[in-house]
Amino acid sequence: MRLQYPPNVRIIEVPCTGKVDINHLLMAFEVGADGVIVVGCLEGDCHYMAGNLHAKKRVSRVKGILDRVGLGGERVGMYNLSSGMGGRFAEIVREMTEKIMELGPSPIRKATGTALKAAGEVAA
Amino acid sequence: MIKAIPKPIEEIIENVKDCDKLLIAGCDGCVTVCEAGGLKEAKILASALRLYFTQGGKQAQVDDTSLTRQCEKEYLAQLSDRIDQYDAVVSLACGCGVQYLAEMYDKKVIYPGVDTCFMGVNEERGLYSERCQACGRCILAETGGICPIARCSKRMLNGPCGGSDKGKCEVSKDVPCGWELIYERLKTVGQLDRFENPTVPKDWTTSRDGGPRKIVREDLRI
Ligand code: SF4
Ligand code: SF4
Ligand code: FES
Repeated sequence: MRLQYPPNVRIIEVPCTGKVDINHLLMAFEVGADGVIVVGCLEGDCHYMAGNLHAKKRVSRVKGILDRVGLGGERVGMYNLSSGMGGRFAEIVREMTEKIMELGPSPIRKATGTALKAAGEVAA
Repeated sequence: MIKAIPKPIEEIIENVKDCDKLLIAGCDGCVTVCEAGGLKEAKILASALRLYFTQGGKQAQVDDTSLTRQCEKEYLAQLSDRIDQYDAVVSLACGCGVQYLAEMYDKKVIYPGVDTCFMGVNEERGLYSERCQACGRCILAETGGICPIARCSKRMLNGPCGGSDKGKCEVSKDVPCGWELIYERLKTVGQLDRFENPTVPKDWTTSRDGGPRKIVREDLRI
């Protein structure tokens, strides 16, 4: 499958979305990400049982924080896919990219001129 | 343990919006267990406030730390060499910790970052409920190990009242009748004869007032 999705997306792999902490998501915005999506297994299919359910709660808390601090909660989202849904993954990434294009750059990037730093740092 | 919930961030922002240098001080004690005030929460709040300041075009410094306990001077003293550089400190300890911090650093502006709720237990992650109201003279020995002050809505010492219905309190179907619990427990441990002698009037001079409370943290429950 040779699926195309926008090149301005940085993928950070984690063993399970349950590993993604609220602080990781906030840090991505602090270093200038315009938007972040968390893509986990389908609900009920997490190899660690409830990792994606925890991630969903965390993403929803980050949405609330972004709304309250003036960035807008729509810059973060959670999706559930199986490993066989590559086509849908590419579609989600395109949709999110379009949404972010409409929203414009993150106010953080506008204020600091910071471009996204190394993915390793974001994931650390 | 003491149970607390994070304060709404807009309330914290309202307090600190004019600060240039802020310290978010977590507490590794009780409030860490109910995920309202430990190091992780301190980092989340610091990060959220940095985002708030930066998007508003302001360059503010927001640092985070966490102390073993904020209700002890020895741990509060760990801030002594750095606290002067901050305009204010947001404490994520319970009300006791916030006050002790303010007492120890009496010239520093200290804001609370959590709402302290009650003394209770962890039923499960994100679900905490009240068990004790610190009446200062524990009567659990007479009541089968179940506290009528914290768990009977009317704090009755000789219950149940007429509002007890199928094991539930008339205050809410979600509140078990404290005295039904006591009755069942005394029956289980073979001490039902305690009901033959009314509890003598309690000396309330060691206590305060209040009713049973509960935290339901939907953001943590699955
Ligand atoms: S300051 Fe409060 S929350 Fe922290 S350990 Fe002491 S009693 Fe518990
Ligand atoms: S009797 Fe008093 S000290 Fe004992 S559990 Fe009840 S409120 Fe707490
Ligand atoms: S293994 Fe947990 S979300 Fe995929």
